[in-house]
Amino acid sequence: MKILVCVKRVLDPQVKARVKADGSGVDLANAKMTMNPFDENALEEALRLREAGTAEEIIVVSIGGGKTEETLRHGLAMGADRAIYVVTDEVLEPLAIAKVLKAIVDREAPGLVLAGKQAIDDDSNQTAQMLSALLGWSQSTFISDLKIEGESATTIREVDAGLETIRVKMPTVVSVDLRLNEPRTLNLPDVMKAKRKPMDKIELDSLGLDTANRLTTLEVIEPEGRAAGVIVNSVAELVDKLRNEAKVI
Amino acid sequence: MTNLVIVEHDHNEIAAATLNAITAAQQIGGDIDLLVAGENCAGVAEAAAKIAGIATVKLADDTIFAHHLAENLASLIVEAAGSYSHVLVAATTYGKNVMPRAAALLDKAQISEIVEVKSADTFVRPIYAGNALATVQSSDSIKMITVRTISFEAAAAEGGSASIESISGDGDSGLSTWVSQAVSSNDQIDLTTARIVISGGRGMQSSDNFSMLQAVADKLGAAVGASRAAVDSGFVPNEYQVGQTGKVIAPDLYIAVGISGAIQHLAGMKESKVIVAINNDSDAPIFQVADYGLVADLFEAIPELEAAL
Repeated sequence: MKILVCVKRVLDPQVKARVKADGSGVDLANAKMTMNPFDENALEEALRLREAGTAEEIIVVSIGGGKTEETLRHGLAMGADRAIYVVTDEVLEPLAIAKVLKAIVDREAPGLVLAGKQAIDDDSNQTAQMLSALLGWSQSTFISDLKIEGESATTIREVDAGLETIRVKMPTVVSVDLRLNEPRTLNLPDVMKAKRKPMDKIELDSLGLDTANRLTTLEVIEPEGRAAGVIVNSVAELVDKLRNEAKVI
Repeated sequence: MTNLVIVEHDHNEIAAATLNAITAAQQIGGDIDLLVAGENCAGVAEAAAKIAGIATVKLADDTIFAHHLAENLASLIVEAAGSYSHVLVAATTYGKNVMPRAAALLDKAQISEIVEVKSADTFVRPIYAGNALATVQSSDSIKMITVRTISFEAAAAEGGSASIESISGDGDSGLSTWVSQAVSSNDQIDLTTARIVISGGRGMQSSDNFSMLQAVADKLGAAVGASRAAVDSGFVPNEYQVGQTGKVIAPDLYIAVGISGAIQHLAGMKESKVIVAINNDSDAPIFQVADYGLVADLFEAIPELEAAL
């Protein structure tokens, strides 16, 4: 089986987003970027499936411009066999991303598509579900366990009420949560080896898709911060403040 | 404008989050219809018909909707959506699972987790774990929207008398089947609607120590939550998690115990009215958002707090 893993280059999760003064967006110039953490879990799962003999080939795919190639090289260093880089300077919405990914799936015919459940920049949580819809495949979202059993897969979904187990028909699209696994760390030989792994570059325009955005961002602002609070010196003082000042208990 | 709000339910009760999504629809304006899909859920449809200001409740009662599987539910939403300008659902795991699938089938964008309705086509939504707020305008003929529940009051559950109309779906997709649901161990008080929440982080050190928080919670009538670090360490199950990838809550009082205050955790609780932080590290970022901070060893402070209540 071939596995396609969808990865996105995002602002490092440890870095606080800074809103541009002109309200046009978040300032990413010179910011530390990384692979979306959930996507690392997706790739890690694919690697484990290959190690277990369930998969033979792992392809990482990303859509973007700038240094997106760096993120794909990271995926190759983690262990993916090859990369597909769909090049565009446009920032595409999840629906357009799903259309591009569908085109890649149509070319590569993977048996499984793995993606992070959401990207930590736009927090949309849409792409995997949309891709699954466009392909007419089954979906399981927010999963913390995945077992492939021939023509079907059993997944455990992290839902508000607890854990839900479902069985989905293969091929399938799966969006993964953080507790699925612990992504491996990179070592230097793998990073060096990744430089020689194949990367297909595809210009977005060459795919002939309607990827026009449906949403216009009018403004991006920083939310109002909370006023600084006070440090209390004892539990007794805390209880007194909560009772008599905040009046919440 | 005509709004369709998808009703989330467990076949007995309507999820509280649905009432918040209905308020968002009210702010958009125009008629509001509800869609109830499930198996043997006429009671839910009757309860939905009593919600104030609803025109029609569409009821799809079929075994294929018994477990709210995304494939069947999305097809039903697609069939029902055609005559509406807006389709809304609460941004719970139920809504997040199905809505993008329906949106893609309709070739519409989804506007995720709106926190404000500016006009019928313009909405505010948080990005970057709530560190920025984007105002977006949609050009789609049908706006597919998920609603961040803490940003909208609950609509009145009583006072309406909508008509109930039966609809049917497209049949079973045959793509997925439900196997089982692990019963939540967090069965005391619903984290998402609790007035007071006390959460523990990595500093709790063990699963057993969470019973200290439960003792305080029992005295306050509070729910117990956790940071991702505590969940990842196996102290408590995932449904306790508050944060960017867990539940987003806004109780009247949030008590963070042994939680450092990572960006991802703050995203889930910083809209709380009053925040208390108890941590032995005075440099912990949680103190920057806390109204009341107590720099103390939690293993001394929490029993003392319980005794003082």
